Amino acid sequence: MPLELFTVGEPIADTKAPTDVPVPQMWEERKFRARLVNPANRRRLSVIVVGTGLAGGSAAATLAEAGYRVKNFWFQDSPRRAHSVAAQGGINAAKNYRNDGDSVHRLFYDTVKGGDFRSREANSYRLAEVSAAIIDQAVAQGVPFAREYGGLLDNRSFGGAQVSRTFYARGQTGQQLLYGAYQALERQIGLGNVETHGRTEMLDLVVVDGRARGIVVRDLITGQISTHLADAVVLASGGYSNVFYLSTNAKGSNVTAAWRAHKRGALFANPCYTQIHPTCIPVSGDYQSKLTLMSESLRNDGRVWVPKERGDDRDPRQIPEDERDYFLERKYPAFGNLVPRDIASRQAKNVCDEGRGVGPNGLGVYLDFTDAIQRLGRSTIEAKYGNLFDMYNRITGEDAYETGMRIYPAVHYTMGGLWVDYDLESNIPGLFVIGEANFSDQGANRLGASALMQGLADGYFVLPNTLANYLADGPFPKVAADHPAVVEAETAVRTQTERLLSINGTRTVASFHRELGRLMWDLCGMERSEEGLRKALDRIPEIKHEFWTNVKVSGEQGVFNQNLEHAGRVADFIELAELMCVDALHRNESCGGHFRAESQTPEGEALRDDENFAYVAAWEYTPDGTPPVLHREALEYEYIHLAQRSYK
Amino acid sequence: MNLTLKIWRQVGPATKGKMVSYHVTDVSPDMSFLEMLDVLNEKLILDGDDPVAFDHDCREGICGSCGLMIDGVAHGPEQATVCQLHMRSFSDGDVIDIEPWRSGGFPVVKDLVVDRSAFDRIISAGGFISAPTGTAPEAHATPVPKKDSDAAFDAATCIGCGACVAACPNGSAMLFTAAKVSHLGLLPQGQPERDARVLRMVGQQDAEDFGGCTNIGECSAVCPKGISMETISRLNHDLLGALRAGAVPAS
Repeated sequence: MPLELFTVGEPIADTKAPTDVPVPQMWEERKFRARLVNPANRRRLSVIVVGTGLAGGSAAATLAEAGYRVKNFWFQDSPRRAHSVAAQGGINAAKNYRNDGDSVHRLFYDTVKGGDFRSREANSYRLAEVSAAIIDQAVAQGVPFAREYGGLLDNRSFGGAQVSRTFYARGQTGQQLLYGAYQALERQIGLGNVETHGRTEMLDLVVVDGRARGIVVRDLITGQISTHLADAVVLASGGYSNVFYLSTNAKGSNVTAAWRAHKRGALFANPCYTQIHPTCIPVSGDYQSKLTLMSESLRNDGRVWVPKERGDDRDPRQIPEDERDYFLERKYPAFGNLVPRDIASRQAKNVCDEGRGVGPNGLGVYLDFTDAIQRLGRSTIEAKYGNLFDMYNRITGEDAYETGMRIYPAVHYTMGGLWVDYDLESNIPGLFVIGEANFSDQGANRLGASALMQGLADGYFVLPNTLANYLADGPFPKVAADHPAVVEAETAVRTQTERLLSINGTRTVASFHRELGRLMWDLCGMERSEEGLRKALDRIPEIKHEFWTNVKVSGEQGVFNQNLEHAGRVADFIELAELMCVDALHRNESCGGHFRAESQTPEGEALRDDENFAYVAAWEYTPDGTPPVLHREALEYEYIHLAQRSYK
Repeated sequence: MNLTLKIWRQVGPATKGKMVSYHVTDVSPDMSFLEMLDVLNEKLILDGDDPVAFDHDCREGICGSCGLMIDGVAHGPEQATVCQLHMRSFSDGDVIDIEPWRSGGFPVVKDLVVDRSAFDRIISAGGFISAPTGTAPEAHATPVPKKDSDAAFDAATCIGCGACVAACPNGSAMLFTAAKVSHLGLLPQGQPERDARVLRMVGQQDAEDFGGCTNIGECSAVCPKGISMETISRLNHDLLGALRAGAVPAS
């Protein structure tokens, strides 16, 4: 690896997990050793929470209940609209209600294995450990999970798991869990325990004497830029899939809060770990603004196929059985259509690359329900998936009961994020990062129904305990409004905003975002190669230069200006894209959501290189033009034996 | 296809707005309605004009951000959110009126963007079950009959988009409030606060600039999640029950 791409810094380590006790006792031990804050003292301590999704909403509500002074920020018009609302499938919990051999240890095992042995054992164990309490909490709040006729909770199995541990609320589990957290938050708002800042975007982090002490924000309605200070800052600002422009994320989802913290010194870990979801509705045209996910549960009854012959553009109903290639069933007889997401996605890409893809632009495969309808009857399929067939019909105008669906993979979730220790604290003291925004407990690939689990585990149960340990040293000295760090951060935000508005070039923000997304999808998407990544690394600085000299941002700063908001986010996505490609290029192995063409088994499966890459890559930002610094955190597997994933 | 759009333009809450005509050409029937507006906005930006402000986020019908009056109907001709409306529902040469939600309870922020924070305040007043983190009993401690759970779920699917208010000739928020009252009131966990909840939520709804409910039913007809009028009966039942039990109305 040539030195110009990055330099290597000191290794980094998680110093907070009590590794002197066995993993099942670590969390208990950590809580016991952590310092506490007397209830009477909590009201003197303030905490900024950025975001109101499952992680941010549950954290803000829980911290306010505990008695801290919470200041909560979100960019949508209401905390109920955070993108967690769109999660469809379900939430895992090791309740073992099915008596099918599930346990905390098995969920821990599945998470580490599913993550392709690139997550921290201590964190993954804790995630499994607190999972059961999340279900209890949600039910107490009135979350209407699916129930059986006896009145008890229903479960189903979900991609990559052989036990039924997924709790769900039809296809709207994220929505219902989010509303539970939102209502708990609104209750605290009503009680006067939370200072609210809706339609407000974080644009910088204020670091004073080495501690995170506040944020600079822009009020999206008035355009006013201001600083808010506190004893600690919690980022729950979600993932960065929109670096690909087209993804299943909401249009507003962005990396800005996390990226600006990165530029202030927070390490960004494993940015190349990207999850591509296999069952999305294919792109229909250049105007396409986002991609829509169809729940993975469809793969329980649908069969994935393409024609055996390339260029066969007959109506699927005219293609006889022996001229179809059910490629997942053929290659993975044990798991068939239920192989994990990364495998299903890559195989779909492969058959399309062979020229056997279906649909208008050849980027699609069939998901066929003919057999299931014959076996179970149309009414059963309607009852199970009716809303998904309706959604498909609304978007494509096609009747999938007749024609089957056309699906194609799309970017769905990002496992990478800001580096945190066992306490979920970044390398900047006082900056905590939770939910998808951190580099998480998911390793290189996240299993289905585990994102909701992690967001709520962090917000309800982990952070409120670990944050207290930090705040026990507070309140910290008051930061003056004219402190040099505050003035510098505010000035930086104003300068960037003014610069964006002054360029007045000839290309729209969206055109840059589309170009960047296309580049990342082609060269840093489902399959990455050294050649492609180097090409991307040549091209991204050019895009960045053109953006900063030729973008046209409309309107002014002191008003409601959605185009300006988008411009700032795209500027950050361009910088992130570069780091993603460096990370992907340096990691010369395949693991989970990162597939390097150069590193595969003879059968085309991901080939890890544990000898050289069993570590977390935590990147340090360096100013313009200088290469980022890599800090390695070694991963050790004491409880789960490192093995090649096999789903055959 | 080629279309004429008549769009409500309003610089800010204090300024007077007006309808402005725009022509869009080469619209694909596979575009969503919001993608059609994206194309218009790209053109406006390049021409040096102010793009049309509208709220949107998930673009798959679940976040509740988007909402437009299209030819006088909340969310337009399909019973779905605007983001799920596709241009194949229109024909070449159509003239389409596009306006923001119209209600005193939802003041205009800019163009098609309105302030729906009144909905949050209604939830804040009582739309919850008090269950601080860590206090929950084991999830299976209280079985819930499936029919109650399913009915609670149906009410809980409300996305808070505000179409019900926009469609109501009275500008009433009753369907929104009733959906939450029904969701929580149907569950055993929601019983202890049932009376207080309905009183406080209705009290807050009255304190906002919403009109009263006269059971017209426009709300349910446009609701993208099909929240039923039955929820309003439940609210009235709960409200009457609370008042007969001696509660003092909050409004």
